[in-house]
Order: sequence, then C-alpha cells, then structure tokens
Amino acid sequence: MMHGRPWFRMISLALGFAFLYIPVASLVFYSFNKSRLVTVWGGFSTKWYGELLHNTQILNAAWLSLKVATLSATLAVVLGTLAGMVLARFGPFKGRTLLSGLTTAPLVMPEVITGLSLLLLFVTMEQLIGWPAGRGMTTIVISHVTLTMAYVTVIVQSRLTQLDDSLEEAAMDLGARPFKVFFLITLPIIFPALMSGWLLAFTLSLDDLVITSFVAGPGSSTLPMVIFSKVRLGVSPDINALATILVTIVSIGVTIAGFTMTRQQKIRERDSQMALAANQQMIDSLRKG
Amino acid sequence: MATSPRATQQKFEPWTDPDAKSYVRIEKVTKKFGDFIAVDDVSLHIYKKEIFCLLGASGCGKTTLLRMLAGFERPTSGKIFIDDVDMTAIPPYERPVNMMFQSYAIFPHMTVEQNVAFGLKQEGLAKTEIEGRVNDMLQLVKLGQFAKRKPHQLSGGQRQRVALARSLVKKPKLLLLDEPLAALDKKLREHTQFELINIQETLGVTFIVVTHDQEEAMTLSTRIGLMNHGEIVQVGTPSEMYEYPNSRFVSEFIGSVNTFEGKLIEDEPSYVRIECADLEAPIFVNHGVSSAPGATIWAAIRPEKITVSREKPADADNWASAVVRDIAYMGDMSIYLLKLDSGKIVRVTQPNVYRHADDRVTWDERVYLHWHSSSPVVVTK
Amino acid sequence: MKRWLTRWTPSGRSLVTSVPYLWLLLFFLVPFVIVLKISFSASQIAMPPYQPLFHWASEKVLQIQLNLGNFAFLVEDNLYIRAYLNSIFVAAVSTLLCLLIGYPIAYSMARSSPSTRNILLLLVTLPFFTSFLLRVYAWIGILKNNGLLNNTLISLGVIDQPIQMLQTDFAVYVGIVYSYLPFMILPLYANLEKMDLTLLEAAADLGCKPWQGFLKITLPLSKHGVIAGCLLVFIPAVGEFVIPSLLGDPGMLMIGKVLWTEFFNNRDWPVASAVAIALLMFLVIPIMYLDRAQNAEPAEGARK
Repeated sequence: MMHGRPWFRMISLALGFAFLYIPVASLVFYSFNKSRLVTVWGGFSTKWYGELLHNTQILNAAWLSLKVATLSATLAVVLGTLAGMVLARFGPFKGRTLLSGLTTAPLVMPEVITGLSLLLLFVTMEQLIGWPAGRGMTTIVISHVTLTMAYVTVIVQSRLTQLDDSLEEAAMDLGARPFKVFFLITLPIIFPALMSGWLLAFTLSLDDLVITSFVAGPGSSTLPMVIFSKVRLGVSPDINALATILVTIVSIGVTIAGFTMTRQQKIRERDSQMALAANQQMIDSLRKG
Repeated sequence: MATSPRATQQKFEPWTDPDAKSYVRIEKVTKKFGDFIAVDDVSLHIYKKEIFCLLGASGCGKTTLLRMLAGFERPTSGKIFIDDVDMTAIPPYERPVNMMFQSYAIFPHMTVEQNVAFGLKQEGLAKTEIEGRVNDMLQLVKLGQFAKRKPHQLSGGQRQRVALARSLVKKPKLLLLDEPLAALDKKLREHTQFELINIQETLGVTFIVVTHDQEEAMTLSTRIGLMNHGEIVQVGTPSEMYEYPNSRFVSEFIGSVNTFEGKLIEDEPSYVRIECADLEAPIFVNHGVSSAPGATIWAAIRPEKITVSREKPADADNWASAVVRDIAYMGDMSIYLLKLDSGKIVRVTQPNVYRHADDRVTWDERVYLHWHSSSPVVVTK
Repeated sequence: MKRWLTRWTPSGRSLVTSVPYLWLLLFFLVPFVIVLKISFSASQIAMPPYQPLFHWASEKVLQIQLNLGNFAFLVEDNLYIRAYLNSIFVAAVSTLLCLLIGYPIAYSMARSSPSTRNILLLLVTLPFFTSFLLRVYAWIGILKNNGLLNNTLISLGVIDQPIQMLQTDFAVYVGIVYSYLPFMILPLYANLEKMDLTLLEAAADLGCKPWQGFLKITLPLSKHGVIAGCLLVFIPAVGEFVIPSLLGDPGMLMIGKVLWTEFFNNRDWPVASAVAIALLMFLVIPIMYLDRAQNAEPAEGARK
C-alpha cells in the first residue's frame, strides 16, 4: 500500500540522513586521531580520552551540568504536567489564553532574550528581597525549569488530548474524587509521556549554553560553557572525545528505548490478535447454536 | 419486529398504578450550551426495576440527559431526584448511580479483577468483602477465568462485560448505559440483549439506556422515551409506541409506516372517515378521533397490516389499487413497493406463507391493497 | 447528604492552575517587564550597571525617568538596523532551505511502512538528543580550510586550493539548517502521517496524476505542518547566537551576537535590553500566530 515512486523516497531519506549523521560521524572518527590537527589523520589513538578524563575543569563542569539537569528536569516534569493537565482538561477559564501563550512562547523565544530577561529578574529580586543571593546553581536551575517545562507541557497536553477522558469520568463515576483519579488513573496511563518529557528536559538542560551564560555566576561553569570557550579558540580533540562519549550514551539510551517500545508494541499486537480470534470463535459458535 | 419475552410474563406496569412512587424524577430539566438548547424542559418519571430507553437520533439530547443523571453535566434549570433525594448538584463520585460508557472506559493499566474492584475500593470496604463481591460478579457475567487478564487481551464483548461488572458490583440504585450494544457484532448483539435483560432481572437494578437503534430499544425496554431536538416526544411501552404513535415523527421513527394525508369527511365518536387525495376509496377508522374541524390529519398504516391480492376487495372503504414497482425477497417475508395511481409509493410486507413462488404477485402486476378498519393510526401532527 | 463538595472542586482546581501559572508569570513574564524597564534606563558604572528607574523626589512623589536615549541610539546607529534586517533575512532564507530539505524527508518518512516509520522517527530525533553545541562544533572540523570537506574535494581532484567555507555566511546557513532541521521535519511528519491516504486514491480514481495529487491534495492539507515547522525554525533563528559566533565571519551582523556583545563585552545592560525589546516587538506577532496555530482545529483531511 505504498505510494508514489519508492526511489524518490529512498534517495530523500538516504541524503537526508547522511546530512544529519555525517557531522556526528566525523566527530567520532577524529576523536581517535593521534594528531592534534583534528582533520589530518595521524593514526589511531585513544590518548584524547585519557586527557579528557584528567581534565578537572571539564569533569567539574560535567558534574555540575548533571546535577542541574537532573534537578531541573524533575521540577520541569512536575510543573509541566500540571500545566498540561490544566490546558487539556480544565476547559475554558479566565486567563487560559495567557497561560497557553506563556507555555508556548519559551519554545521559540530566542535564548538571548530569555537569558537576558532572567538575569535582570534575578538582579532585581536580589536588590528587592535579597534572594537569590548571587548567581549560581539556583538561578541556573530556575532558568532551565522555566525553559524546559514548556516542552513537557506540550508533550503532556498532547498525550492527554489523545487520552479518552471517559476513563477519568468512569473513575469519578465509580466514586473516586478528582485528585484520586489523577493519581490512580491518569498518571499511570500517561507515564511514558512523562518519561519522555523528563528525558527531553534533561537533554535540553544539559545542552543549554546561552541562557546559562547569562544566569551563571563565577565559579559555576556548566559543561556547555566550558566547551564553548574551548571551541571558540579552535578545534580541540578532547572535545571530540567528549562528543563521542555523549553520542554513545545517547545512542545506547535511544536504542534501548526504541527496542522496548517495539517489543511492547509486538506484545500488544499479539494479545489483540488473540482477543480477536476468541471473539470470532464466539460469534461462530453463536451462528451454529 | 422482535418483542421482549417479558411481555408475555406477569405484567410489569408500575406506571399505570396511581399509587406507585417514581424512583427517578426528572423535573423540567433544561440544558443549554451557550445558545444551543440540548435538552428542552424534560420531565420524566421512571420506576424501580424498569429498563427505560431514551431513544432518538444523534443530537436529540439523549446522551446529555444521561450525563446529567450521572452528574457529568449540570442542568441549566430543573431538578433531578433519585429515590426522593435531590441529586441535581451532587458530583458524580457521590451519586448512587453508575454508568456504562459507550467506549467501556476500562482502565488499561489494571487487570479485569482490579477494574471491577476499583469502585468498591473507593467505598473503603474490607479486602475480603471486595474479593468476594468481585468474584461473584465475574461469575455472573461469565468472566471468571479472565480475572487476571489485561484489557487489551480481551475481545470487545468481553470488555463490555467487564464494564458492566464494574458498575453493577457497587449495587447502584440506577445504572445508566450509553449505547451499550453499538460496538458489537450483529449476532453478538442479539445474544447480549437477552443477557442484559437476564442480569437486570436477577439483580433488580433500574436501567436507563440511551440508544439510537429502535430495534434495540424495542427488545430491551419496559418503556421507551423517544426524543427529538431535546424534547420528549412520546413515552410508552414498545407496543404502545409502535401501535399508538402520537405523531408522524414517532410513527416514522419506530418501524416503517405508510402515511396518508387527508381530511375528515365524517367525524363521529365511534368512527371517522378520511378522504385522501392518493386513494380511490376513503379510509374508515373504527374509533373516534379528537381533532379540530377542517384540520389536516394523517392516517398511518404499518406495512404488515396491508394485504396484497389480485381480487378487488368487497369493502367500500380501506382499499386501493396499485402497480407492483419492486419486490425484495427477504426469505421469511417479502417487501413490496407498490405505486398508486397518484404516484405515491406504498410499502407492504407479507410473510411468505407458501414455499413455491409461482403463485406470488410479481412485478408490474396491477393489484389491490386492503387493510382492516382498526389498522390505521390517526395522528394530528 | 447535602454536602457542598462542589465548593472543594473549584479551589482544588485553582490550586493546580496557580502553581505553573505563578511560576511562569514570575519567571517568564515579569522578566520581560523588567527588560522593558531597564531599556529605558541609562548605563552607569555600578552594580547593577544601570541607573535606577524610579526615585523618590520630594513629598513622596514617584518620579519615573524614562530615558528614551537607548532606543534613539538603536535607530541612529545603523549598525543595529542592519543587524536586525540581516538576522531576519538569514532566518528567512534558512527557514526556506529547511523547508525544501525537510519536506521530502518528512514526506518519505510518512509514506513508509509503519514499522520503518518508527525507526526513521527514532533516527531523526537521535541527533536532537546529542549536544547542539557539539554538532555545530562538528561543522567547524568539516568546513575548515584543512577540514574534512576541503580535504575530500582536493583528494577527489575537484579543486586545487581549499575553499574558504568557515567564517562565511555560507557556514552560518549550513549550521542553522543543520541544527533546526528536526524542528521542521517533526511537525511536518506529524501532519503528513495523519493524512487520509484514501483521499489520494479518490483523486487518482477521478483522473489525477500522482504529481497533481501531490500539488492539489497533499500540499494544501499539509499547510498546518508547514506553518508550524516554519515558525519553529524562523523565530528562534532570528535571535541565534551560537552558530554565527562559531561558524560565521566575526563581522557578520546578527542581532543575537549584537545583544551578547552589548551585554558581556560593553557591559551596557540598558542598550542590550533595548535591543531585546526591539527584537521582541518584532517577534511577538509570529509567536502569537504560532500559539493560535497550535490551538487550531486538528488537521483537516486527517484519518478518522
């Protein structure tokens, strides 16, 4: 049931994916280059990985980034899920348009604007009430949460819109109050969406440069900030090594996720087939009887 | 047209008893969505242990009315009483009412057992009691061996029984069913209809069913409430609705009918004679009719009440001459479409009493239609 | 049993609504107000480096100093205007390129068999999960004078001398298109995947050739996806900073760079704020349009 000319599809896909992946592949390839001149092949070597592991600046930055990312992803999921629930289930109310706008805008707002505005907010707040005191992990986390919760909201909202709300009505009909319905019924069912929201928020936080540069203070350098300052000066092979490690972790993670989803899908399909067959059997027996 | 087996058993007619107290009282309920009136000033009395069907086409307001009974919509005006308690403002999780949703709404992340136990858990009952009641209910709906299965492992019919079990296990005062048979295979539908009736009789729960399928309504219900544009058009038992419709709309919605427009030429307390432009002979009806003088009225005659023959009937009234336009052979009966000289098409159904076809009326034959004087139903709107 | 538990429900809802609402108001909306305020201020050597906007004159009369100097400055020095216009131009061209490249990819993905589709979707989103910064960095290695591309071309004999590709506008376009491509592909794919294919079959049955079917049916029905994709690329691309910094000519005028420079290098927070406000004014309209498009009716022509 395929449409059109398959050769067109194959070529578009091949070219498209080549374009997407060749840069990534080149990063990996040259991380094993003995020569410092990243793009002149000097033989196979893993020495850059060794250098990387001894670079305390990078390691500290990586650790900070991980902490920030975990914390902000978790907060973003909580806030984003609440916002998603409100937008998907609460119907129209005064101020809904504003909320909807506030959750869409961070998705597209240029980061220089968001970063500047957040810094100015923190400065003003510090002047007025003394908190946050100085820029550091707190301000970074708050900024990341604000940015990434928008993505979580979109994911949760779209998942909830797909979800048959008669499930929640049935639960209420059976005697469960709205809060209970959320925790017993809605949350377990949309949990995969929350997981992908968390992962997305985690990735975005880990990778953020511009906003973080505005709101970070002295002594709190995140990984992207360190990478940026290095690569501004030119190519650096230990960065290639870092990139390869990251790409490998991500690839493994995504592949596992992909396999798990496919396996679950197959199990469901098999079960539905079983059920359909049972149904058919019953109909046949009624026909005879 | 199948009729309910219950009609032949002892008469269950609490609505005819002036002393009977209604179990569900819907008093002048209206629901507006903005300017759109979904339910328009509806009042109904429904009695305990009835199976009451709200019947109507899509958009007639029946589902909205059902949801107001469940508590998912609030009436714009009017009150709803269940067992003499004003339920109008009570949220759904506090009503002694349960609903079976059209999509069944089985919780996909719970097993059959957990689904059925859900409502009982919300009541805070002891674990042993919950287990006992769940098991009994699963036996009743014949799902005992599927207790540990997950919903996606069940067929549509099985899922429906889970939904039913889940609602009934709470022993509600009222069970609301939203298009319960719509998603089922035709054969399964018939089977399930009778199962539903059996379960209802065993447990003695009052059912209110919403459906657009008039055959379903005729089979299941003790009484039907036909709705159109948010209003209740007629309430009655299946045979009352079929044989004594109060308007053209009702006569056309339930079953098929031939409607003849005409004027009263004789209007007596014990009979009337109606003159129709389409018919050569007048229609004679053997009972009186209350209607404004000179008003247009309609005589509705069901297809199975008309006979087709080659000989001209002896009667002066209640016959017409027509040409056979079309025949549909259905096996047990045949449907004839006959064209009157005026051009109007009349639909007649006759059982195929004899096996051989040679003698049957055939296409393009000129034949005579005849009906008994008790057959036409006269409606004034 | 007449308990007014309905009184519970509104306040339960209000609580749930207010948590994210307040957060966003405080940390997203209020900051813009502050930026607006500071854009009217003047720079000074202090911490923070701008004059206070309000000050109490005698007798508790609040005096607001609205310094429009910063905005005048933006208009007078045509550096800023040129930077705005150039950014818009670059963003627009990049969006168009993303559309031209991304549409065939999204289309081919949507028309593949369901199992292939999922794998392809995974493959498209995978680069998205690796660091944006690192992927831009990869292009440095590719576009350098002795980088991958030049070396390959030389070794193939296509050219003798390396072509200057890094630190050119060309590199910026490549960088933007590369980084933002998934943002174009995903909404397009989502839209195309939902399309009811029997519409095309009906068209063919009525005498339409395949390419006509595409032009007259598929393309118009994918309108929503196209708009969403374009906005998701264009709006952030206008304010893009990282890519022009790493890949572009140092003199290339992009408004994101200008803002950064004003803030970090010149320490002129008020002017940086004015730049931000001016940019925001321009972007508000496309952002509102996007919000409306997201909340619009689901795609016409979708499968039932």
